[in-house]
Amino acid sequence: MIRRPSVFALMLVLVMAPAAALAQAEPQDEVELEKLTSAVASQLRCPVCQGLSVEDSPTELARDMRAVVREQLASGKSPEEVKAYFVSKYGEWILLEPKPRGLNLAIYLLPVAALVAGAGLIVRSVRRWTGAPSAGAPES
Amino acid sequence: MNLRSVLIAVLVTLPLVAVFLRGMRSDPRFVPPAIPGQPAPDFALVRMPMAADEEPSDTIRLADYRGKVVVLNFWASWCVPCRVEHPELVAVAREYRDRDVVFLGILYKDQPGNARAWLNEMGGEVYPTLLDPGSRTAIDYGLTGVPETVIVDPSGTVAFKRIGIVNREMLVREIEPLLAEVVRP
Repeated sequence: MIRRPSVFALMLVLVMAPAAALAQAEPQDEVELEKLTSAVASQLRCPVCQGLSVEDSPTELARDMRAVVREQLASGKSPEEVKAYFVSKYGEWILLEPKPRGLNLAIYLLPVAALVAGAGLIVRSVRRWTGAPSAGAPES
Repeated sequence: MNLRSVLIAVLVTLPLVAVFLRGMRSDPRFVPPAIPGQPAPDFALVRMPMAADEEPSDTIRLADYRGKVVVLNFWASWCVPCRVEHPELVAVAREYRDRDVVFLGILYKDQPGNARAWLNEMGGEVYPTLLDPGSRTAIDYGLTGVPETVIVDPSGTVAFKRIGIVNREMLVREIEPLLAEVVRP
């Protein structure tokens, strides 16, 4: 008599556990999808704004574009495929961060080159300031 | 400061000035259209009924017009430039009515009631206006605002896209060469 309820309880746990896990998994997937949608939408430029991403723009078109991003990700497309879709419609202009190739490389390389040149200039100047007087100064 | 320093300063400054001037001349709002040359994205959209109590029933598919020149005009009743270009579109649609040219309006972010009132005010419906819920077709065509006009050639390829107002001269210039591609049975 004692065993029956425990067997029943065990069966109940076995039946309910996967269902509970499934119920927990769905919101988790939703959270992941939402995160991924935000990540992709923040890399896309809002076409009707000035320097705002699709994620940050409150405009209706941006909201619709975000919905398209979400739908495509939910259908199994990768973030790169979703971005490629928008590039095919709007051109590379739609990407807030241009791809590092061709003339775009200048955007990435020029600041580094300027930094190196500036550092070189500082080093050269410091050497001149510290080195020149001591070389030319009369010993006391 | 020696001549070499001056030369280096000029060589560094000149490209920056050139970039700055180029930036000053370009319109930051201009988006170069990307879809000309690509297959026109197909759609199946419901035609906006012109009577307020009429339920939308007709579905219009782009694929049904393969072999014809299709002019798609994205518009809205709240769009002021649309008011300027509409008479030009209507005139060309009437001019090419008996030829293989189809005009379709696609409503963008607007209420059918407002769109109907606007069309009636502009002289009535001359070609169908389609409803685009969620702007899916607009995004498929890379829409950045209204008005925008796309011309699809008889093979189903985007031949032309104009961001902004179109006029009769522009439309005729684009339509005429495409009509030569229409193959008659």
